[in-house]
Amino acid sequence: MITLDDVTLTFPDGDRRVTAIDHVSLTARAGEVTGITGPSGSGKSSLLAVAATLIRPDSGRVRIGGGSGSGAGSVVDVAALSPGAAAALRRERIGIVFQQSNLLPSLTAREQVLVMAHLGGGGAGRHRAVTRARVDELLDAVGLSGHADKRPAQLSGGQRQRVAIARALVHGPDVLLVDEPTSALDQERGAAIMALIADLTQERGTATMLVTHDLVHRDTLDELVTVVDGRVVAGANAGTAARAA
Amino acid sequence: MPGARAAATLERWSRTVRDQEGTIVFVAWRDLRFARGRFVLIGAVVALITLLVGFLAGLTGGLATQNVSAVLDLPGDRLVLQQPASGQPSFGESSISREARVGWQTAAGVDEVVPVGIAQGRATAGAASGSGSPVGVALFGLPASGAGAVAALAPRSDDEVGLSAGAASDLGAGVGDRVTVAGHTYRVALVGGDAWYSHTPVLAMTPDAWAAADRRLGGDGAPTVLAVRGAPDWDAVAARTHTSAASHLGSLTALETFRSEVGSLALMIAMLFGVSALVVGAFFTVWSMQRAGDVAVLKALGASTRSLVRDALGQASVVLVVGIGVGTAAVVGLGALAGGALPFLLSPLTTLVPAVAMAALGLAGAAVALRTVTAADPLTALGSNR
Repeated sequence: MITLDDVTLTFPDGDRRVTAIDHVSLTARAGEVTGITGPSGSGKSSLLAVAATLIRPDSGRVRIGGGSGSGAGSVVDVAALSPGAAAALRRERIGIVFQQSNLLPSLTAREQVLVMAHLGGGGAGRHRAVTRARVDELLDAVGLSGHADKRPAQLSGGQRQRVAIARALVHGPDVLLVDEPTSALDQERGAAIMALIADLTQERGTATMLVTHDLVHRDTLDELVTVVDGRVVAGANAGTAARAA
Repeated sequence: MPGARAAATLERWSRTVRDQEGTIVFVAWRDLRFARGRFVLIGAVVALITLLVGFLAGLTGGLATQNVSAVLDLPGDRLVLQQPASGQPSFGESSISREARVGWQTAAGVDEVVPVGIAQGRATAGAASGSGSPVGVALFGLPASGAGAVAALAPRSDDEVGLSAGAASDLGAGVGDRVTVAGHTYRVALVGGDAWYSHTPVLAMTPDAWAAADRRLGGDGAPTVLAVRGAPDWDAVAARTHTSAASHLGSLTALETFRSEVGSLALMIAMLFGVSALVVGAFFTVWSMQRAGDVAVLKALGASTRSLVRDALGQASVVLVVGIGVGTAAVVGLGALAGGALPFLLSPLTTLVPAVAMAALGLAGAAVALRTVTAADPLTALGSNR
């Protein structure tokens, strides 16, 4: 579970400061996909950046862990972490899927996923075989078992996003943060990616926070939060109802 | 169980290497393979600069050897030259007076004084009427009892000479042959190792024979250098005797040709070192800027700045080690080939030292590029359009 509690974030803009997030509180529960939507400039990407520990809020708390289920873990207030500790937290408990997949051009699909294990030092030595098996299992889970040795330039946009999803999940994070995963995909591929994220979230008990401005795939969301001008203006439980149906 | 212990050690080393490859240069190593064209290019540039530096160092060493090896081989702790009224002491102009010689011989703390005469002249193989071509030689007059390679060439009789290998080769003379110097014919008593002075091979004589030859060549027959052994008050004795006393290396500045020749070549080497640091630094700066987006993504994923710096330096090290290795191998190969035709010194000083300096300067250049790595903002990975 990840909880943002009364979080405020401002940016300098000349002589004044612009408020990007204005006293926002929200929770993404383990095993659920919480969507965040809103118009451009509404602050949804800033929310994701704060949740990802990439930026420290002016006030408020961001906690990872707690609740129940496989992603419970220990509770950490990420808003107070040093840059080094925040980086360690990202590589151990947070998975990030970027808007443009952001794969490294020199690495094959398998290596893109393997790199996460190496960031934490687990991909080397006696852990190597275990890590490699886990990576192959994940690539299989995202439907890329036959593409493990291909580089990003040899993959389609949808396949690249699948690699990015596998990379974000390989270290078994408590929290999965996803930024506009379908923005570069057609509707069919976008639907497949959203379904994959929803399935993996449920299967692995990850608390997924997903930023999107495309509500075509809203039925895959368990919760939808609308942000306007840095404030939460609406919340809905669209996905739960849709799945139950 | 030495076999089992060796196997365990090998396994431990191999595991360490695998771990290093895994944690330090995981991305860097794959970048090297992926962009091999660019890295081969910069590696080739590093190899070429190493070749230039190494070849220049070898030539400098070779020329220096041809210039001063005989001086460095002289006996004693310090070499004493005449101190002129104005200017610096000079091997070519020095003439040690009897008073100065006695002053050093009687100074407290002096154990031994060996008078050495150095002059340049021509020698011809055969008798005075011989038809051999004249060969430029450095005439060294010193007693055979002295220590050092040059003293080992000195004959015991006034009508004999000792030839260095270079002189024997140039004259085409061997032991028992006749050699004419300044109109006087000598028998070759021995042929020794290599010894050079001011680019001419050494021909050694007894002190008396040298004094006579020097007079025939227009000199005053007085020794030009004193090789002094002991621990006197060097400055005080030098001042009292109007001489200068310097270590063998320090006295090389009294050789005008050595100063200008080695100075020019050393300046070229220093400039090449600077160029190599700049080229490697510029390459890795551009390379780091090109992959700033990748670095931001890695940071966003949780890579520590320290691990990214290790990655970048590991990559630079691979390029430098391979480039410098190839360049140094080329220096050794070409140096061995050129050794017969050029004054080229192949030694650790002219191969390993420049290679280590190149590696250190290259890494310093690459370190400049690390600012791009440390300054990369992981936030740019979010919402980016790479």
